[in-house]
Amino acid sequence: MEVTRSKPDDDFRIKQLRAQQMLRGDLEGDDLQEYVEQRLLLTKFEDAQNWARRNAIWPLGFGLACCALEMITVIGSPRNDLARFGAEVIRFSPRQADMLILSGRVSIKMAPVIRRIYDQMLEPKWVISMGACASSAGMFNNYALVAGADKFLPVDVYVPGCPPRPEALMYGIIKLQDKITSDPNLGWRERYQSQGTEEYPNVRPEAEPSEQDA
Amino acid sequence: MPDATGLELVAQRVREAVADDAVVGTHHAYGRGSLEVAPARVHDVLTHLRDADEEPYGVLASLHGCDYLPSEPRLGIHYELLSMQSRERLNVKTRVTVEDPHVPTVTDLFPTANFHEREVYDFFGVVFDGHPDMRRILMPEDYEGHPQRRDFPMGGEPVLFTFNEHKLPRWYD
Repeated sequence: MEVTRSKPDDDFRIKQLRAQQMLRGDLEGDDLQEYVEQRLLLTKFEDAQNWARRNAIWPLGFGLACCALEMITVIGSPRNDLARFGAEVIRFSPRQADMLILSGRVSIKMAPVIRRIYDQMLEPKWVISMGACASSAGMFNNYALVAGADKFLPVDVYVPGCPPRPEALMYGIIKLQDKITSDPNLGWRERYQSQGTEEYPNVRPEAEPSEQDA
Repeated sequence: MPDATGLELVAQRVREAVADDAVVGTHHAYGRGSLEVAPARVHDVLTHLRDADEEPYGVLASLHGCDYLPSEPRLGIHYELLSMQSRERLNVKTRVTVEDPHVPTVTDLFPTANFHEREVYDFFGVVFDGHPDMRRILMPEDYEGHPQRRDFPMGGEPVLFTFNEHKLPRWYD
């Protein structure tokens, strides 16, 4: 069988040549203006910012219960490849993460810990409640659990399932991306007093002068 | 497992060594024998079974609580003993009332009983006298009540659906 190599189309060749000319400084006047107009994209700064945010979500490596296995499958495995959506960088420190996935049941004893982890994350931050347990206590609707993590956290996306399949969680992440792009209004978080809660470990409050110093 | 006859022999030896009223009864079912013991004598009986008996049971394999709600006394504590020499197991049970749930601890005999007794205290409210650290172990320390008792409410919340949302109280109201 004869191997044929397809030729690059003429448009591409022309663009390549014009880019060469521009880099050499050969383009001038109207040619230069046409070149720039073809290659500029105008947008609002907020849109560009949200576009960058939605494509660089860093999830926190944090598992609560059995849903964590599905979450690890999503954010850690090449089969599902969350790098397609820019969310493959798992950070195990809340100070470096953007997204908290509540993967499993939230017990009464764990709730203050989760809230503190959430408070330590830097803004902007998002929360996905994964599975029936984190959303509504699910099958463990008893004395030990908090029925719904949205009692102490502002949850952005709820993913149903017991546990949700990895595809479902990825769909939730894509929904979160859409939310970041199209509706980045975070005003409802005031109800949870979840703004300005970051803890800065190296900043110490200034010591008040005591009477002994005076 | 001691068979039914062997269980009676064990019970007789315990009665002779500890006290006549130490063993309240014996029970043998499904190949497993259990001694029912008066709660005040638990420590003496387990000391005898661990050290002095002909077939010593050196391991406390497990310790659980139980709630027999309709019958009195309600709360039960089960000690599951294991002998690694004779490969036999023996249950020792005792029953206490809800009003006076006090049992002597066996932490000095079996150190593993420490966490087990804390768990029984946590979930059933049985107080083990002489325990070095009688605190809750699993539930939050400010939790009220002992949730595995049968008269404890199930807890949780009704799930809101569209058909019952207007009837159920909502948490944000």
